[in-house]
Amino acid sequence: MMNNSQLPGLYVHVPFCGSKCPYCDFYSVTPRSQMGQWMAALEGEISLYKDRFPVFDSLYVGGGTPSLLDEQTLTSLIKGIFHGFAISPDAEVTMECNPDDVTPGKAVLFRSLGVNRISLGVQSLDDKELGFLQRRHSASQAERALACLQRAGFDNVGIDLIYGLPGQIQSDWCETLDRALEFEPAHLSCYELTISAGTPFARMRDEGVFAPLEEEEGRALFLATAQYLADRGYIHYEVSNFAKEKKFMCHHNRKYWKRTPYLGLGPSAHSFAHGERWWNVRSVSQYCEHIFKGRSPVEGSEKLSQDQASLESLALGFRTKEGLDETLFQNRPQAHKIITELCESGLVSREDGRILPTPKGFLVADSLPLLFY
Amino acid sequence: MSQIRNFSIIAHIDHGKSTLADRLIQHAGLVTEREFRDQILDTMDLERERGITIKSQTITLPYTDKKGETFSFNLIDTPGHVDFSYEVSRALASCEGVLLLVDASQGVQAQTLANLYMAMEHDLEVIPVINKIDLPSADIERAREQIETELGLDGEAAILCSAKEGAGIEDVLEAIVEHIPPPAGQTDAPLSALIFDANYDPFRGTVVSCRVFNGSLQPGDLIRFMSNGAVYKVEEVGVFRIQREQRPSLSAGEVGYIISGIKTVSDTSMGDTITLDTDPAPAPLPGFREVKSVVFSSIYPIASDDYQDLADALEKYKLNDAALTYQKDTSSALGQGFRCGFLGLLHLEIVQQRLEREYGQTFIMTVPSVQYRFTLQNGDTVTVDNPQYYPDPVLITGSAEPYIRANILIPERYMGAVMNLCMERRGMNSQFTYPTPGRIEISLEMPLAEVIVDFYDKLKTVTQGYGSLDYDLIDYRESDLVKLDILVNGERVDALSLIVHKDRAREWGVKACDRLKKEIPRHQFKIAIQGAIGGKIISRSTVAAFRKDVTAKCYGGDITRKRKLLEKQKKGKKRMKMVGSVMIPQKAFVAVLKSDDE
Repeated sequence: MMNNSQLPGLYVHVPFCGSKCPYCDFYSVTPRSQMGQWMAALEGEISLYKDRFPVFDSLYVGGGTPSLLDEQTLTSLIKGIFHGFAISPDAEVTMECNPDDVTPGKAVLFRSLGVNRISLGVQSLDDKELGFLQRRHSASQAERALACLQRAGFDNVGIDLIYGLPGQIQSDWCETLDRALEFEPAHLSCYELTISAGTPFARMRDEGVFAPLEEEEGRALFLATAQYLADRGYIHYEVSNFAKEKKFMCHHNRKYWKRTPYLGLGPSAHSFAHGERWWNVRSVSQYCEHIFKGRSPVEGSEKLSQDQASLESLALGFRTKEGLDETLFQNRPQAHKIITELCESGLVSREDGRILPTPKGFLVADSLPLLFY
Repeated sequence: MSQIRNFSIIAHIDHGKSTLADRLIQHAGLVTEREFRDQILDTMDLERERGITIKSQTITLPYTDKKGETFSFNLIDTPGHVDFSYEVSRALASCEGVLLLVDASQGVQAQTLANLYMAMEHDLEVIPVINKIDLPSADIERAREQIETELGLDGEAAILCSAKEGAGIEDVLEAIVEHIPPPAGQTDAPLSALIFDANYDPFRGTVVSCRVFNGSLQPGDLIRFMSNGAVYKVEEVGVFRIQREQRPSLSAGEVGYIISGIKTVSDTSMGDTITLDTDPAPAPLPGFREVKSVVFSSIYPIASDDYQDLADALEKYKLNDAALTYQKDTSSALGQGFRCGFLGLLHLEIVQQRLEREYGQTFIMTVPSVQYRFTLQNGDTVTVDNPQYYPDPVLITGSAEPYIRANILIPERYMGAVMNLCMERRGMNSQFTYPTPGRIEISLEMPLAEVIVDFYDKLKTVTQGYGSLDYDLIDYRESDLVKLDILVNGERVDALSLIVHKDRAREWGVKACDRLKKEIPRHQFKIAIQGAIGGKIISRSTVAAFRKDVTAKCYGGDITRKRKLLEKQKKGKKRMKMVGSVMIPQKAFVAVLKSDDE
C-alpha cells in the first residue's frame, strides 16, 4: 500500500442509524424508510463525478452506520461504487460497523465485496459505560463481533473507543483498553468524550444530569493512554489514533490531515480537491430532491486562499506524528524563537527538518497554529 | 424680550428628563409623530445607550399660551455627570429658570438636591414638577411633602405630570410662561454673549451655541472672543429647531447659534464671552475658566502600521471635542502612540468608545493618571502625567499630587459606607452639613488620583445610586509617591506602570496582578505577573499554562469548520498586543485598576 500517495480518497456517507447516540454530532437519521431513495440518489451523485477523478486508492464507507444496511443494499452500494469509479486494486477499503450488526454471514459478505478494513464502534467494554453512552450493544457482544471479524479473516480491524466519561477513573479506562488489546487490534482510535453543542449530552450537561471531567483529569487520561499504548508497541500517529504497525495507520483518514484530495458522497459529506472545499446538504430528503431534479447536492463551497491553506496545514500538521516541515515556518515572524520555546517545554521535537508534536503537544494541538500568527 | 423664556430641566437620573423634553418638543409640533424617536436631544448613540446626556443641546420651541400670546421657549439640555459640571454651570448660567423634576414614586433623590443647589447658585427660578404620576407606585403626597421639607420649595405649587402619558404637559408649559421670568438685558448695550457649547459641522466649521445677554449681532459683524482676543466675521446666526434655522439676527435674551468660519471647536472656549470687535463690552460675563485636562492616558495602535490612521482619527475627533488634548508619545512595549488629556474618567471612556465606534479604531489605552509634581535635587520642578517619565528616584527631593475638595450628598443611612470608602481613598478634613433632615453633605479633601479610577462607580454602588459627587481641584500637596512597575514574565511593561502613594502601593500591586491574571489568556507556558517598586517585588500572580486544547475528533473531512474557528481566534489575537512572547489583550491595559466586581 502506498502510504504517502497523493491519490485521492473516496468517502461515502451512509446517513442511517439504528438509534442516535447522545454524544454524536455526525449527520444521520433513524427511520430507514428513505434508504431506497438515498441509494438511488447516491447512484445519481456517482454519475455526477464520473471521470472527474482518475483513480482512488482508498474507499471509506462511514456514517451513520453502514453495517445496518441489508445484504442486498450493501452489495449494490459497494458494487455501484466500484462500477462508477476506478479504485486501485491495492486500495484500503474500510467499512464502519456496529458490533450488534456483525454476524458471521455479514463478515463474509464484507470480505467478498472487497472490504479489507473494519472500523468497529466498540466505544467501551464496560456494560455500565455502554449504557451511559446509550449504545445498542453489550461488552460481550462487542467481543463476539471482534472474534467473528478475525475468524472471517480480517487482519486490519480498528477498534473505536471513547474515554473520559463522567466519573471515569484511569483504572476503569485501562480495563477497557486491556480487554481490547487482548484482540491485538491492528488499530485503535481512542477519543476523549467531546460534548458538542446541540447534542443530547450537551443538554444533559447543562441541566446538571452529569458533570464532565475536569480539564486536568482529561489531560491525565490522554497522557496515560498515550503512554500505555506506546508501551505496548502502538504508534501514536494522530491525536486520537494508534496503529499496531505502520501499515495499519488509516490510509484514508490520513488524507484529511495531509490535505490530500478526497471526494465525499452522500448527505453532509465533505470534499476537497484542487484547493477547493465543498460540502453536501445535511438532509437526506434535500439531498435526494436535488439529485432527482438534476441539481447538484452541494450546499456550499470555498476556494482556499494561500493564507487559509497554510493555516490548515499548520492546524492539521500539529495533529499528526509526522508534524510539519520546518520550511513552512520560514517566513513567519519569531517562528524560530517560538519553536525553540515549544521544544524546551516538551510540546514538540525537532527531527530531520521537521517539527514533531509530542503527546503533550497533541494536547494543545488546536492552539499551536495560532502561535505563529 | 418679554416673550422669551430660557430654561433647563434638571432631575435625578431616570426621573424622566429626556422624556419630558421629548414631550415638550412634540407639543410644539416640531416633529411629526412619524419622525419622533425617544430622547430626541440625545443624538449620540452613546447617549441613548447610557441614558445620559453628554453634550449640551438646545432647542427653541414656539408656544402659544392660553391667552393667545405667543412665546419663544429655549430649552437648554445639560450633561449629567460630574466630569462635565463646568458645562452644566455654563448652560445654567444661560437660563432664567429650571424645571426640577421629581419622580412621583421615588421622591426627592441625591441628584435632585445637588441640581437644586446648582440652580440656586445661578439665582434661577425653580418650578418643581412631579413626574410619573401614572405609575401605580406613585405617591404624590409624599413627593409634595419632600419638596417642601427637603428642598424648601412650595410642594403644593408643584405641577403634576406624566411625561410618558403626555398628561399635565399644558400645565408645565403654562407654568414656564407664568413663573420663569423673561430675560433681562439691553439690546442697545454692547454685545455680550455667553458660549455654552460648540459643535463641529463638516461643511460650516464650528457652530457656537450661545446666550445673548446684551446687544445683538447679525451676519457681517466682526465678533471678538474676550478670553483670547480672536476676531471672526459672522456668517450666519439662527436658532435650533431639531435642525438649525437661520435668523437675520440674535438679540439680548435670545439663545441661538453663530457660524463664523471658526475652524475647530478647540478655537472656542466654554464660558467665554463674545462681544463686537468694534464696540466691545467693558467686561466679560462672570464665571469663565479654562477647561483643564485632569486625567491622562496613552493610546497606542495595536498594529504599528495603524499609527497614521489613529493620528487622523484623533485629529478629526478633536474637531468636535475641545476638552480632549493630545500629543505624541512613545512606549518601548507598545511603540508609537499619543498621550491624551481628559476632563475625567467618563470623558475618557466617551472618547475611547467614540474613536472605536465612529472612527473604527482599535487601540490600547493605558491606565489613567493625574498630573504629579516632582522637585529634583537641582531645584527644578517637573510635572509628570505619564509614569514612564517618573524621574530617577535618587534625584527626587519632593513630590506632590493634586487634591480636590469633594462634595458628596447622601441619605444619612449610607454615612458609614461612604466614610469607609472615603477613608480608603485617603480622604481627609471632612466636614458635615445637614441640608435637610435625613441627608448629609460630606465635604472633604482627597487626592484626585483616588477619585479618577472608579470612585464615582463605587460611590453609586455603596449608596445604591443615591449618592452624588461634585468636586473642585484645590491644590497640590506633598505626597510620598513611588512608581509601581508591572513585569510580565520578567519583562517590565512600561505602559502598565503607575505612580501611586507609597502607603497604597502594595494594595495597588496586588490588585493589578490579580486583575491582569484574569485578563491575560492562558499561554503554552506559565506567565508570571509581578508588581515591583524599584527592584523590589511587592506582589505577584501566575497565569497557569494552557495544557489541553485539542478536539478529539478531526475526520469526516469537515476541515472548513475547524479552520473557521481558528480564523476567528486569529482575529481575536489581533486585538491583543505581543509583549515579549506574551499576548496582552487590549482591555487589560486600562482594566488594571478597575475593581474586580465589574
